[in-house]
Amino acid sequence: MSHLLEATDLKMQFGGLLAVNNVSLHVDDKEIVSVIGPNGAGKTTVFNCLTGFYQPTDGIILYKGEPIHGLPGHIISRKGVVRTFQHVRLFKEMTVIENLLVAQNRHLNTSLLAGLLKTKGYRKAESEAMDRAEYWLKQVDLLDKANWLAGNLAYGQQRRLEIARCMVTEPGLIMLDEPAAGLNPKETSDLDGLISHLRDEFNLAVLLIEHDMKLVMDISDRIYVVNQGAPLAQGTPEEIQNNPDVIKAYLGED
Amino acid sequence: MADQFYLFIQQLFNGFTLGSAYALIAIGYTMVYGIIGMINFAHGEVYMISSYIGFIVIAALMMMGVDSAFLLITGAMIVAITLTSVYGFSIERVAYRPVRGQNRLIALISAIGMSIFLQNYVRVGQSSRDIAMPPLVEGGWTFGNPDGFEATLTYMRVVIWVITIAAMIALTLFVTRTKMGRACRACSEDLGMTNLLGINTNFIIALTFAIGAAMAAVAGVLLGTFYGVINPYVGFILGLKAFTAAVLGGIGSIPGAMLGGMLLGIAEAMTAGYLSAEYKDVVSFGLLILVLLFRPYGILGKPEVEKV
Repeated sequence: MSHLLEATDLKMQFGGLLAVNNVSLHVDDKEIVSVIGPNGAGKTTVFNCLTGFYQPTDGIILYKGEPIHGLPGHIISRKGVVRTFQHVRLFKEMTVIENLLVAQNRHLNTSLLAGLLKTKGYRKAESEAMDRAEYWLKQVDLLDKANWLAGNLAYGQQRRLEIARCMVTEPGLIMLDEPAAGLNPKETSDLDGLISHLRDEFNLAVLLIEHDMKLVMDISDRIYVVNQGAPLAQGTPEEIQNNPDVIKAYLGED
Repeated sequence: MADQFYLFIQQLFNGFTLGSAYALIAIGYTMVYGIIGMINFAHGEVYMISSYIGFIVIAALMMMGVDSAFLLITGAMIVAITLTSVYGFSIERVAYRPVRGQNRLIALISAIGMSIFLQNYVRVGQSSRDIAMPPLVEGGWTFGNPDGFEATLTYMRVVIWVITIAAMIALTLFVTRTKMGRACRACSEDLGMTNLLGINTNFIIALTFAIGAAMAAVAGVLLGTFYGVINPYVGFILGLKAFTAAVLGGIGSIPGAMLGGMLLGIAEAMTAGYLSAEYKDVVSFGLLILVLLFRPYGILGKPEVEKV
């Protein structure tokens, strides 16, 4: 059986720097997979390659068996792979609800004329988008903030809105880059619950970069460790916790 | 005393008319800057081309026997807006998209090259002589003292103001109310993220160029017929002034471009009326320097936040 997402021998070179060297990974349906490693290990670069933010120098990326490497970001996202970034990248000058509507642009009637004339089909699509947005605002507990400017939300709320914004695109795989960064322990445990909930309720696969080891060990089905751009280890949380190479990379040699 | 008042009113009329043109053209600069952070120096030439298209359409319609000013202006407007949008769209494809993502200076040079190309393209096709046209809409209202100074509000000015305001309302509705407008705003906040949410940002960028060009075309047809004279170089200085207006109002902000254009138009008209027409450029650029000293991001612009 083929995997949901499968990357083979991914390479990314910036001038003389080999930021990602022969990283392979796969994610199956309904799986939560984490990528961990020291700062600067190339985790985010892997994400950037997978989502079309960078064009990988070499390697093959398949999503549902289809090659997606080299495709522009919007096409990859339309196929069902969406992501967040390390820092919050909401449209801060737009309202919460507008953030969720922008993400659904492709579901809407794309004709400019239909938009200007507000045809029946356009209005129907728009109201479906609105319903979906409302549904996801409920899921992340932000419904009462729908008309706030996104930039005025508290940090933890902005993080949740980003996840909702990914979810309205109805993805098959969501990639979260350090979603717990800057969250307090309470917010982190809420996030833990939200991610598991997404997987269980919406058949979603999750690929996660995270430094919060408690979160990673709690929710991951499998973990990949990268160090200095190269794969170091992979396995279940227990295997990783007991892997001497991983301990050495994180804590340094004796 | 009353003469003074009517002189002031007359300058205000002049200022609003000039300001309408600056504002409409400034919108093109500001929208493009807002989305991809580049100055489209060929935008003044887009305005000039739209004036030519307007003239050609009006001349053609006149030859066919159309003599209603309403039909002439409407016809010229429709054709000029359509064709000029295609110009705007194509300029982005040909001159800017291939160099996007490179050093910004490269796009700037490409824009200057595009500007020179368009000037000469029109010069070769239409000759560099002035082309004149009789006024389409004659007459107006006069106010004031028949023995002293009389202020005149020509009908053509009213036409210009009404169409300008209509174009600005249409643009505002487009940006705030439609799905495409929402995508444009998203692009101007974060192009990369917008792309990753499934929006074809290349298309939105090209669309922005087309909309900017359409706005310039509204100004091109109106001002061309108002002044009655055009040549291939009219776009250069007007483009520069409109760019100034965009910076004055806060580049990246659409209401800023409208406000900046109007302010600049009125400042120039007042200078021409009370000081001397030769000083109007001094005053307008002086105003720019003054505003930038105290509000570097312009009147309605937002302070640039350092992006991580």
